[in-house]
Amino acid sequence: MTILANTLVIFFISVGLLFIVVTVIGLVRLPDLYSRSHAASKSSTLGVMCILLGVFFHFWLNENHFNPGILLGVVFLFITGPVGAHIMSRSSYIAGVKPWSGTVRDDLKEEFKGKLKNKKI
Amino acid sequence: MKVNNVILQFTAKIVFFIIFFFAVHIFFAGHYTPGGGFVGGLVTASAIVLLVIAFDLNTVHKLLPINYIYVVAIGLILALGTAAISMFVEQPFFTHFFDYFYLPLFGKTSLHTAALFDLGVYLVVVGVTMTIIQTIGDDE
Repeated sequence: MTILANTLVIFFISVGLLFIVVTVIGLVRLPDLYSRSHAASKSSTLGVMCILLGVFFHFWLNENHFNPGILLGVVFLFITGPVGAHIMSRSSYIAGVKPWSGTVRDDLKEEFKGKLKNKKI
Repeated sequence: MKVNNVILQFTAKIVFFIIFFFAVHIFFAGHYTPGGGFVGGLVTASAIVLLVIAFDLNTVHKLLPINYIYVVAIGLILALGTAAISMFVEQPFFTHFFDYFYLPLFGKTSLHTAALFDLGVYLVVVGVTMTIIQTIGDDE
């Protein structure tokens, strides 16, 4: 039972760590703000959620202590992480940050064309 | 420019309750685990600040029609009153009392007057934080 529990804990924490390393590599290597926020929001949210799940299983199965606060943290991160990235990317677009030069499609440009001209960004 | 804030506002509506109930949990768990009135008050204030960010200062004031100066006053009176209870039973100032009670839903519970003092701290912290933020944010 202990071996099974430890395998579960090590699996979740390793997966989380892997996703966070991928996040950091994406933040360094990707060309513009939007693809960086794509990397940062998705994979870091999943990584932190996996690490929290690993911690939760460790305390539940090995220490016999059921901690619902960690599950609440997982739900909270799952809700707020992507919304934070959405708000940051959207405000960057409204503030006039240009996408990468290789971008082929920009649907939001049509939406903001008249409005952005008035603000003279 | 009129922007469409539906994602932020809908998320704030849900996350507000998560943060608020977590703050209540921190407040009541403060005697045996880390937490207490100060942290609970700050987390509650941050939940209200989230609503202020997502909506508007006037909307939030319509939603929670509270004058936070009075919240500070009530908190101070509660803390002072809890400390002064012991003087009426010929004990030194700030002596706390506790006993075990059998409540209908909770079973055997220890009730402590330090929780009332903590409630005073909680109200003062919420009131001061929200007063500061409303005063700065209302500056037109």
